[in-house]
Amino acid sequence: MSGWRLADGGAIDRSRPLAFSFDRKALSGFAGDTLASALLASGVRGLGRSFKYHRPRGLWGLGGEEPNAIFDVTEDGVTTPNLRATVTPLRAGMALASINAAPDAAHDRYRMVDLAQRFLPAGFYYKTFMGLGWMRWEPMIRRMAGLGWLDPANHPAANTPQVNARCDVLVIGAGPAGLAAARAAALGGAMVWLVDEASEVGGTLRWRGGTIDGADWHDFADDALAAIETAGGRVFRNTTLWGAFDHGLFAAWERRESAPDRHWRIRAGRTILASGAIERPLWFAHNDLPGVMSAEAALHYLRLYGVVAGRRIVVATANDASYPVAAALAATSAEVTLADARSETPGAPDGVRLLRGARLTRAKGSHTVVAAVVDGAQHDADTILVSGGYTPSVHLFAQAGGKLDWNESADALVPRPGSAPMVVAGAANGGFGLATTLAQGHAAGGGSGPVPRVAAEGDWGLAAMRPDPALSGRQWIDPQNDVTLKDVALAAREGFVSVEHLKRYTTLGMASDQGRNANFAGLAAMAALTGRSIPETGTTTYRPPFTPVPLSAIAGLRRGELFNPVKRLTLEQSHRSHGARFREYGGWLRPSAYGDNEAEAAQSEALAARQDVGLYDASPLGKIEVLGPGAAELLDFCGYVRMSTLKLGRARYGLMLGESGIIHDDGVVLRLAADRFILSASSSHVGSVRLILEEARQDRFDPVSVYLHNVTANWVTLTVTGPRSRELLRAAGMPGALTDDAALPHMSVTETAWDGHDLRVARVSFTGDRSYELSVSARHGPALHSVLEAARRRIGGSWIGLEALMILRAEKGYILIGKDTDGITMPHDLGWSASRQKRSDEYFGRRALFTPEAKRPDRRQLVGLETEGDTPLPTGAHLVPLNGPRRSLGFVTSSYFSPNLARPIALAMVEGGQSRMGEELGVFHLGDLRSARIAPACAFDPEGERLNG
Amino acid sequence: MQIFKCPFCGPRDETEFHFAAEAGKVRPEPAETVTDEAWADHLYMNDAPKGRAREVWVHLTCGEFFVMERDTLTREVISSTALPGRRE
Repeated sequence: MSGWRLADGGAIDRSRPLAFSFDRKALSGFAGDTLASALLASGVRGLGRSFKYHRPRGLWGLGGEEPNAIFDVTEDGVTTPNLRATVTPLRAGMALASINAAPDAAHDRYRMVDLAQRFLPAGFYYKTFMGLGWMRWEPMIRRMAGLGWLDPANHPAANTPQVNARCDVLVIGAGPAGLAAARAAALGGAMVWLVDEASEVGGTLRWRGGTIDGADWHDFADDALAAIETAGGRVFRNTTLWGAFDHGLFAAWERRESAPDRHWRIRAGRTILASGAIERPLWFAHNDLPGVMSAEAALHYLRLYGVVAGRRIVVATANDASYPVAAALAATSAEVTLADARSETPGAPDGVRLLRGARLTRAKGSHTVVAAVVDGAQHDADTILVSGGYTPSVHLFAQAGGKLDWNESADALVPRPGSAPMVVAGAANGGFGLATTLAQGHAAGGGSGPVPRVAAEGDWGLAAMRPDPALSGRQWIDPQNDVTLKDVALAAREGFVSVEHLKRYTTLGMASDQGRNANFAGLAAMAALTGRSIPETGTTTYRPPFTPVPLSAIAGLRRGELFNPVKRLTLEQSHRSHGARFREYGGWLRPSAYGDNEAEAAQSEALAARQDVGLYDASPLGKIEVLGPGAAELLDFCGYVRMSTLKLGRARYGLMLGESGIIHDDGVVLRLAADRFILSASSSHVGSVRLILEEARQDRFDPVSVYLHNVTANWVTLTVTGPRSRELLRAAGMPGALTDDAALPHMSVTETAWDGHDLRVARVSFTGDRSYELSVSARHGPALHSVLEAARRRIGGSWIGLEALMILRAEKGYILIGKDTDGITMPHDLGWSASRQKRSDEYFGRRALFTPEAKRPDRRQLVGLETEGDTPLPTGAHLVPLNGPRRSLGFVTSSYFSPNLARPIALAMVEGGQSRMGEELGVFHLGDLRSARIAPACAFDPEGERLNG
Repeated sequence: MQIFKCPFCGPRDETEFHFAAEAGKVRPEPAETVTDEAWADHLYMNDAPKGRAREVWVHLTCGEFFVMERDTLTREVISSTALPGRRE
């Protein structure tokens, strides 16, 4: 005996049957059903197996609080795990599979686990399965744990638009309180956004009904919606408001049928929370049996879907709200017995057998309910509907920082007014009953328009129901994580008496229902065990999301290439046409090499650049203009190397430190005038370098005397390098003065013109060969590229990519910040000691260069490494002593095969490296030991003659 | 996501801002006169008040540093003022 469908009634479309399956059993529902209503109507009871004990479980509730009816759903060959049946609409062809059951819910081979339940209380894994080591048992336990199955073919589309919006008044929940609040606010002229997670507005009115202002509640709802629209507001259905964040920011996930879901970030001027309340269970022996359901849920399924929960129903309650449930069920052909724990009750509804002062103590049955034991008397039944009261949904209020107070008459923790920036109305506020919810909603919305009138009613006469430890038999507190009342007592015995400890020790409230069914009972039980009141025991912290939200909804389009978009070169297309392969370097997409075999191309490009002439795109290098009479002073303070002494038209390499003395960036400074410099910064550090300069400019110096301008994106820079670089510039028609070393020596800069455009040329070398950096306005970049490429085709030369450039600079011992330096490298570790020794003026990071740490003799220092054979050393390999105990003396930072030296080269940071020249050390990597000899960092042309070659 | 107010640009999302330092920190100098302890204190020790705090932030979008008073507990933003000497 189990659920069945009425011949008519409900908001389903009986003209459109939908076939589906559950655990390979063919079933049928109707358009408008959820998976839950269709399963309930089909009479299938056992829908899954519990997480730990593998006990049979059935449908409990009506919404997101559902703990048991969770399925892997396959549609069109793709499976989505862990969908809650109560909130998933039924579609034709869906195949449902129970989770945590093998092979299926009806015949789970792990059901024997329940026999060992005495050895598997809460936290058993802290005490048992220790013999032979935990890792002997962990894989087996891990395989048995977990819910649902991940389908690798399931790739949710990255197509959820992210929308930022504002509204005057945000009303969360479109039940009676929310509708009244929204109507009043709209009539008061506010732009109201009304949000509800169900497919229709109305909340509990949809299944309880109600007469408002003398008419059916639908009229009142239509009136409210019209008022909202007139005032320029908006109504959201199928939208879950899932998080309350700082300063009035809310997040909402809108589900749409024939369009991608939308994700909203809403800033609300004022917020009204009308999120309602969720029915509490009752606690008795075997209260987890399939067939035990929420009474409110039974009325919900009856009215909305025409489904009756069973044929022989016992309703156990201690409040008036369950009476309409009993009455509605009795009006079908079901037999209904109402067991009210109170001795003073309303009269028995028609067709309902009423028992007063009646306590439900046990459910009987093995896979489904067969009887209910009330005060020792056994009542045959196939369904037990329960109501232990109602718990206000205060989550969003608490997320926003709100505090809760105990309300005796509501038997619940309710929001403390003023403790969070939102007004709470209705059941969420502990205000139960239609009259109260409408009045509170109306007031919260500002009170404009007439107060909605309903027939007067008393309160619900809620009697406090609590788990009774004196009852024999296991009572479930958290059905999802299989936590029983005895587990709460165990936690108390072990000293885990704070609710946060109780939660984590027992895992109570940590499953997908997020404690909706468990938290109140857990904290009430712990309060009773420790002699505290409920408010004294407190609640656990509420955190977003309110219900599970798919990450794809929040991420939107930010996936793959769009997750962290790279910066693109102005000349990207030109490089592509030339056969470049691209990689990300420092946040930019740049050519790695020109050719299909990257490694081979890098070698031949590095060779060609030294033998002939090479060209590369240096545009991403940071360029910050420092302008004004205070420019030199600012650079002197912010840099390790003084620039005020730099002559006009000259260039100087410098370092920028942090206040802790650690190298932040390096780069060449060009002086174009007494009051005009251009500072280079590593492409990935431009932002942070600019901030260091700005902070000093604004907080230490007179900001009117110096101005900073990040011009990185404004210029295209192409570098011509190698012994034939002058030839290429002449062939390209560049001004003759550029190739005159007297006019433009190494480390100098000039501003000139080419083809009517401003051209800046700096003789700065990153390759160690004669080099010219040509910079034009970005919009003239293609023209410059064109003329250089034409010259290259005539006289010879190669475009080179970053991989070749990395080899060339490493041959010269030129460092890359963040690769050859790390979070502790100071300038003297690299051999740059002059400023530290000689500067007596203040500069950024100066004091830190003289701390005990900075003065340690065993600091890691930059060196080169020579090794035998043709195979480069592994980057990151540790340098170790050849004899004695093995310990790390440092590591390899850069390592390549050098085509120009025809051998491997490497740079490394080694303890006291500068005083180990010629020493042999071991190089250890993943169990392999090689050896290397410490050498100067510059392996190629140490005299630097090729800079003018 | 909090909303901070740049004295020059107005209210903006907190992601446009970057914390610089606790307001009122004075750099000890010249270096010769500063003990190791005093320098370490300046670099690493902060008041980190629970409640009202005066802090220097930078609005990355416009590059201006400014002083913000806020409550670290309630997240209330109390005031934003330009650095002394800067006109808003």
